[in-house]
Amino acid sequence: MRIGVFICHCGSNIAGTVDVKKVAEEAKRFPHVVYSTDYMYTCSEPGQLEIQEAIKKEKLDGVVVASCSPRMHENTFRRTVEKAGLNRYMFEMANIREHVSWVGVDKEANTKKAIDLVRMAVAKVTLNQPLFPKSFKVNKNVLVIGGGVAGMQAALDCADGGLKVILVEKNPSIGGKMAKLDKTFPTIDCSICILGPKMVDVGQHENIKLYTYSEIEEISGYVGNYEVKIRKKATYVDWTKCTGCGLCMEKCPSKKAFDPFNEGIAPTTAINIPFPQAIPKKAKIDPNYCRQFIKGKCGVCAKICPVQAIDYEMQDEIVTEKVGAIIVATGYSLFDHTKIKEYGAGKYLDVITSIQYERLLNASGPTSGHILRPSDNKEPKTIVFVACVGSRDKSLGVPYCSNFCCMYIAKQAILTKDHIPDSQSYVFYMDIRAPGKGYEEFVRRAQEEYGVKYIRGRVSRIFKRGDKMVVRGSDTLLGTQVELEADLVVLATGAIAEEGARELAEKLRISYDPYGFYIESHPKLRPVETNTAGVFLAGACQGPKDIPASVGQGSAAASKVLSLFSKDLLESDPQIAHVNEMLCVDCKKCIQTCPYGAIEEKKTPMGKIVASVIETVCQGCGLCTATCPPGAIQLQQFTDNQLLAEVKAFFHA
Amino acid sequence: MAEEKKEAKIVGFLCNWCSYGGADTAGVSRFKQPTDLRIIRVPCSGRVDPLFVVKALESGADGVLVSGCHPRDCHYSEGNFYARRRLEVLKRFLPFMGIDPNRFEYTWVSASEGQRWQQVVTKFTEQIHNLGPAPKREEKSDR
Repeated sequence: MRIGVFICHCGSNIAGTVDVKKVAEEAKRFPHVVYSTDYMYTCSEPGQLEIQEAIKKEKLDGVVVASCSPRMHENTFRRTVEKAGLNRYMFEMANIREHVSWVGVDKEANTKKAIDLVRMAVAKVTLNQPLFPKSFKVNKNVLVIGGGVAGMQAALDCADGGLKVILVEKNPSIGGKMAKLDKTFPTIDCSICILGPKMVDVGQHENIKLYTYSEIEEISGYVGNYEVKIRKKATYVDWTKCTGCGLCMEKCPSKKAFDPFNEGIAPTTAINIPFPQAIPKKAKIDPNYCRQFIKGKCGVCAKICPVQAIDYEMQDEIVTEKVGAIIVATGYSLFDHTKIKEYGAGKYLDVITSIQYERLLNASGPTSGHILRPSDNKEPKTIVFVACVGSRDKSLGVPYCSNFCCMYIAKQAILTKDHIPDSQSYVFYMDIRAPGKGYEEFVRRAQEEYGVKYIRGRVSRIFKRGDKMVVRGSDTLLGTQVELEADLVVLATGAIAEEGARELAEKLRISYDPYGFYIESHPKLRPVETNTAGVFLAGACQGPKDIPASVGQGSAAASKVLSLFSKDLLESDPQIAHVNEMLCVDCKKCIQTCPYGAIEEKKTPMGKIVASVIETVCQGCGLCTATCPPGAIQLQQFTDNQLLAEVKAFFHA
Repeated sequence: MAEEKKEAKIVGFLCNWCSYGGADTAGVSRFKQPTDLRIIRVPCSGRVDPLFVVKALESGADGVLVSGCHPRDCHYSEGNFYARRRLEVLKRFLPFMGIDPNRFEYTWVSASEGQRWQQVVTKFTEQIHNLGPAPKREEKSDR
């Protein structure tokens, strides 16, 4: 073979701590290497041209680039060699940046390590084979998981682009967190007034099939051909009949049911429609509170329903849908403030969370938009907001910033003054983070126009004194202790991963970070893609974000799906398992091991039964290769011989 | 001091989706590490044939490290379960081949855990340095 080696300086990123000239010089002595050089930026256009010229001039049939991680530029260089007429799989990378120059301080040791890694890559490429992709048909339906603002935007953009969309939402209505909000910063737009029309569009779009009160049960398949099992949870109301008239809610005798939409700040009825603008506007029964379920008798709603929609016998139903791509927009949850003992751990009625406060401000909320504190329904005059409750706190396992709390605190303080002109709001904060368009000005307005008093410091304790809540904390700018008597305390609880986010990730085979937020393909350049082909991310499931960012990601994910579906055929990755029929003994171990069912039995022309890989189904994990007793099935590009050649190359310098 | 500086020969088999990414994250974050380890990229920890580990140790490795996705977080849904079973058996079997089982470890590092990767590498390298160079296998088989 004739192998060319290209060592990249990456400016000073590699050359600063690795002697690249020496690496290039050493590489000339490796078996099969006929050309070796170093270059300032190999990924630049002239850098790539140099590779292409060398391939032609030196008649190279294998190329090794030693530079950054293959997770960064493997595809770039594969295209480069392909343009010069080489098969794209006759290429290997040695990672001498992330794994060498950036983590080692000793230049001599780094250089030695880089030389080893290049030798190992050369040994591997010697055994590479040209591979050719197969093409397969794509199912052009898309599944959107989560009907919050990000998921809705993604669904609408896909549907407008002509794709059939299956939208799955676990709550009875779409709308997500945004539907609960009163106003949005920094424009003080009415939240449901701007979201409502979008919800109606989703509900009425001919290309969108809506499954609310449903969850993902199982996902199988691969890009272009996913099969999804959806669990439609029992609502005990036949939604094909229910008209959303609300009569059942008026007559239901069980009026103490927990209301998740109002965040438990006020009760609801056992049969209920979550909120007036709900899409779909249908009733459902909460069996934990319904007398028919608890006591076995009642039946009021069944008697009163004008369309006989009530069905106490209803069961969960599993439906199957086939899609080609999946957009995950499952959003976030809020930190549970009852974990914080010094803030009362949820035992004081007048210490509430910001989303509960949002419901008190909201005209369709339990108090019809009048701010009344929960303990005695009196109008509070002094309101204290506490920022960073469950964000930026290592001791609580949430070291990250929740992104939008600073802004909604300013908004809620402004709205408080609008609702109760003789009120005074205080904000305990660590830093004010307002890095969006018009955000900083908005916080300034709260301080200057609305007289909101900002105190820089943490709250150490909240306790009751008479009918007041005492907030004790520090003012780090004055260097003093502060004690405020408040009528109402609002805790700005931070964003955490949605409950069940990890389980869903496991079904989708995507990764999550230590906090349960999903990991994108690249933090800068591939923000809505995952490492699983055909699965995209939108909104706060990837990390806390505000409404405009979530909407932006919803559209971005939709455009990724639309461009994926712009072709009728997709190319499969040819780095898959291949059976040597001579060696196969038909033990069926690989068939049992394969997580994708990608291996079947077939009869050779000679009449021998052997394993056979279904090329478009195989995902290239190599489980079968490590399982096969005679080594008959080999994952191409990662064969036993290739990996052992790398090991050998390390030891036999 | 000069002797302490001598590098151990350590091979790492890292799955592409989690641990290789975690090692990249450690690099991007400039988490400094000892330089003894050479990383071989595999698609999945389940691709690692236990014989690779044995072959590496037999051909002169002072230590072998395998790292994959955390159990239940495998890119191929169940590859690391196979890895866990095979590698645990291997670890218990190594003493029967006259190999110190402390020369081999398997672990789980996700793509976001750059700091954890730094700790894993540092700790394992230290462990191998404490064991010293591996005894020559050929000499042993002569006895």
